[in-house]
Amino acid sequence: MTTVAVEPSIGSRVGVRPRAVVVGVAALIATVVVAVLSLGTGEFPIAPADVVKTLFGQGTPAHAFIINELRLPRLITAVLVGAALAAGGAVFQSLVRNPLGSPDMLGVTNGASTAALAVVILGGSSTQLSVAAVAGGLAATVLIQLIAGRALHGFRFILVGIGMAAILTGVSSYLLTRGVQMENARALLWLTGSLDGRDWSNAIPMALALAVVLPVLLLACGPGLRILEMGDDAASALGVPVPLLRNGALLSAALLVSFAAASAGPVQFVALIAPHLAKRLTGAPGPNLLPSIAVGALLLTGADYLAQHTLSDNVLPVGVVTGLIGGGYLVWLLTTERRAGRI
Amino acid sequence: MTGHTPRLSGSGMTLAYDKRVIAEELSVEIPDGSFTVIIGPNACGKSTLLRALARLLKPSAGTVLLDGRDVHSQPTRTVARTLGLLPQSSTAPDGITVAELVARGRYPHQSILRRWSATDERVVTESMEATGVADLADRHVDELSGGQRQRVWLAMALAQQTPLLLLDEPTTYLDIAHQIEVLDLCAELHERQGRTLVAVLHDLNHAARYATHLIAMRAGRIVGSGQPGDVLTAALVEDVFGLACRVIDDPETGTPLVVPAARRRSGVPHPAPAVP
Repeated sequence: MTTVAVEPSIGSRVGVRPRAVVVGVAALIATVVVAVLSLGTGEFPIAPADVVKTLFGQGTPAHAFIINELRLPRLITAVLVGAALAAGGAVFQSLVRNPLGSPDMLGVTNGASTAALAVVILGGSSTQLSVAAVAGGLAATVLIQLIAGRALHGFRFILVGIGMAAILTGVSSYLLTRGVQMENARALLWLTGSLDGRDWSNAIPMALALAVVLPVLLLACGPGLRILEMGDDAASALGVPVPLLRNGALLSAALLVSFAAASAGPVQFVALIAPHLAKRLTGAPGPNLLPSIAVGALLLTGADYLAQHTLSDNVLPVGVVTGLIGGGYLVWLLTTERRAGRI
Repeated sequence: MTGHTPRLSGSGMTLAYDKRVIAEELSVEIPDGSFTVIIGPNACGKSTLLRALARLLKPSAGTVLLDGRDVHSQPTRTVARTLGLLPQSSTAPDGITVAELVARGRYPHQSILRRWSATDERVVTESMEATGVADLADRHVDELSGGQRQRVWLAMALAQQTPLLLLDEPTTYLDIAHQIEVLDLCAELHERQGRTLVAVLHDLNHAARYATHLIAMRAGRIVGSGQPGDVLTAALVEDVFGLACRVIDDPETGTPLVVPAARRRSGVPHPAPAVP
């Protein structure tokens, strides 16, 4: 008996890796499971089967009210914000070629929160707050980019970004000292990042931003971003219009992160951890946009589930949970990497 | 085309990083079908010249012409189908395999609608075979040796299928055996595939042995160009590098071989080292 070893084609070996598909699909399924659990949990528990029935329009009016009116907007906001933060984070980490180069470290999220904080202290409406957050995040990004210069090398961008974050943190602290007590309580809750009381007015702008920006990122920027990881010169030699791609991807990512901040406040660590986790799970090069998005949605939905139901009497802001999970993950990562002798 | 104008040339170029001027009024022609090697001391502007030719640096004055048109007025992707570059430092993304990296050379030939074709398949296979990395196809690039890695990058540049290929110090960081291996490979590609190669090299003897056309630079100026046998003289080496030397015939190839002059001895000869 002879066995003929048939070499698989190069094309089948260089396309999307099966493991990346598995990670993405698994994260999506897990998100759906957490979502059903989350929709069924609360003061008025609903069995998972009834949750699914209600979502397909077959539930009782009471269930329909509790799920569709009370719990679904918050859940959808969590899914969308998680996805947006992860996509933004993946693009940032890819652009600055640094796994710590996430928008919440580099001043973009700070831009959004400082502007929003100013609105809160001045007693503005929640619409004004959202607009300010988006404008603030974008303004911070443009400013960092202008200061970092046209060449926009990863390292310079990181340094300027960290400086920007520090300045904006200072401004935020000053704003808090100027505010009166009641506004400060609202401001502090917002600054932690919370999904409490989110309704469709929070979910819809986020959904629109994703609908517009994601196709741009995935189709127009994705292939170029993969090439850009090899360095500006190599990418340029391969025909990537480097400055155009950088600016486009950076602004798209900043837009997603700013809208996320407008919807849920500056939720920490999701933009940092989700792409990192996705990359680790897939083992694939490139920004891993789709797996990151799925992992981000799962992370924030899961974190919000814990935030709502861990403490029985007191609801935690989701930002506290993501901070704990994200910080824990980072520490665990550093310890294991150190043991493996990689750092 | 008159037939006299080479496909790639630069004329009257001022090359500068921000305000720091590297070269002024620099003109250069790359003969079609040549293996051109640029030599010169550190900071003479040879890599800068290569960057300008590769469209990575826009001259603040003068132009680089590729097929008769200003290279900067052409879209990046169009240029990338004619002119390839192997930069001095490239980063292999974490977790990338050899086949995946080589396949990226096909990027300028692909689009959102046309992702992977039979041509891509064939060209990538051939490029890996030509550079001897086909057996490594599924290995991770970061676990390869320096020599293997450089061959993988070269395979990627080959997969780009450009008639012109620029190489920025392709032998840096390699040991002598791997340096020769990479240069032999370049010479073979030049002869067999008829590509025009332009390389920046530090080693004069390598340059003399492999180049069909040699360009010597000093302080942002071209001080000699032509056949290595005509350009590489003791006087030029003294002038360009400030190095006293003799130039003899390479016993292997008959090309010029630069032998640096022995250290000038002081009057008193050194005592012989003590034998332990």
